[in-house]
Amino acid sequence: MDLTPIWLTLKLAAITTMILLIIGLPLAYWLSKGRSIIKIILEAIITMPLVLPPSVLGFYLLMAFSPKHGIGGWLHNTFDIQLVFSFQGLILASVIYSMPFMIGPIKSALQQLPLSLSQASYTLGKSERETFIKILLPNIRASVLTAAILTFAHTLGEFGVVLMIGGNIPGVTRVASIAVYDSVENMDYASANAYSLILFCVTFIMVISVFVFNKYKAKSPLE
Amino acid sequence: MISIDIEKKLKAYQGNQVLKITAQFDKGSITKIYGPSGAGKSTFLKIIAGLVEPEHGKISVDDAVWLDTKSKISLSPQKRKVGFAFQNYALFPNMTVQQHLEYVSDDTQWINQLLSIGKLETFTSHKPEYLSGGQQQRLAILRAMAIKPKLMLMDEPFSALDPKMKSELIPGLKTLWDEFGTTVLIVSHNPQELEGLTAREMEINPL
Repeated sequence: MDLTPIWLTLKLAAITTMILLIIGLPLAYWLSKGRSIIKIILEAIITMPLVLPPSVLGFYLLMAFSPKHGIGGWLHNTFDIQLVFSFQGLILASVIYSMPFMIGPIKSALQQLPLSLSQASYTLGKSERETFIKILLPNIRASVLTAAILTFAHTLGEFGVVLMIGGNIPGVTRVASIAVYDSVENMDYASANAYSLILFCVTFIMVISVFVFNKYKAKSPLE
Repeated sequence: MISIDIEKKLKAYQGNQVLKITAQFDKGSITKIYGPSGAGKSTFLKIIAGLVEPEHGKISVDDAVWLDTKSKISLSPQKRKVGFAFQNYALFPNMTVQQHLEYVSDDTQWINQLLSIGKLETFTSHKPEYLSGGQQQRLAILRAMAIKPKLMLMDEPFSALDPKMKSELIPGLKTLWDEFGTTVLIVSHNPQELEGLTAREMEINPL
């Protein structure tokens, strides 16, 4: 059995999770502070992948990244970057597709922290940035971990978006979920079973981890 | 001298009401603020600290203007740097007693002095969830004092302390306030709460 799709999937999930951690923490923090029309619209856009059929999202991303027009055309002509049918394209699609899994839990955890925690830090002369890093972030550690694990596990299971944007290029875009589908199409049930079993085990461990980590979530002293 | 003239709308059960306060506080003075629940006592302290914005008003401390809504001046809480003991303590769940004070000051001697005043020397490695209500409240006061504030705002600061602990804590705090020339505003429901302190009284009643 060719293990490349498994490694490719794990690589995609790891990179996507890293990127979403970097983007997600400040974005979730910003979204957690107050309400505005811009925030509501942005939050709706971030949430869309949860309810939109993956093939629809994949289709729009395919159109957007196509080197023949739009953003894809500009990237292709200006920087010679092609996102369609490439691993970079898969990463970008995965980041968009898995974003609600990172943003949701972190934003929710930040909103549940008492406002007086950050207020106390400000009165002690600490900046918003220092307060976020030293006070807020350590107190939502369990939620950040949960979000990262969910994002990783969700990326492992991507199919529709990945197929639309990346196709099925061995060693480049042929991730495990595509390999399962491809093996079944070729009547190679043994390989399909092996890929499926590995994916099942990895995601099961991920979900178990979420439950284990949630047992140790930080609590407010007032709870 | 602290001069305050502010106006803020408050949402209340009976509908909107207005918190309108004009007051002056001498340097180094202690003032007890009382009034009915929902009158805006805590909001008043938060307005002074820069945590809540009033619709109209001016706050000046000595020669510095902290807030002037007409000139659109409003110093951030970080620049006002008042000592603020929150009613709900607002302790950081991720930090031990020692870390709470080290977050504010790196002067070990000063931290030890504070721990001694609050009788928390033996709890330095405890996180808030492992402290009693009284210990949490003392830590909240000590943390606010750690910045050596010129203005100390305290919201129901002694409500969880037994009479003995309170009578031991207050003289220690009073010594520090005298040393730093700290002006102190204390919101309190309980008339007996400030026994042992000579304090001016101020009543807040919303319009």
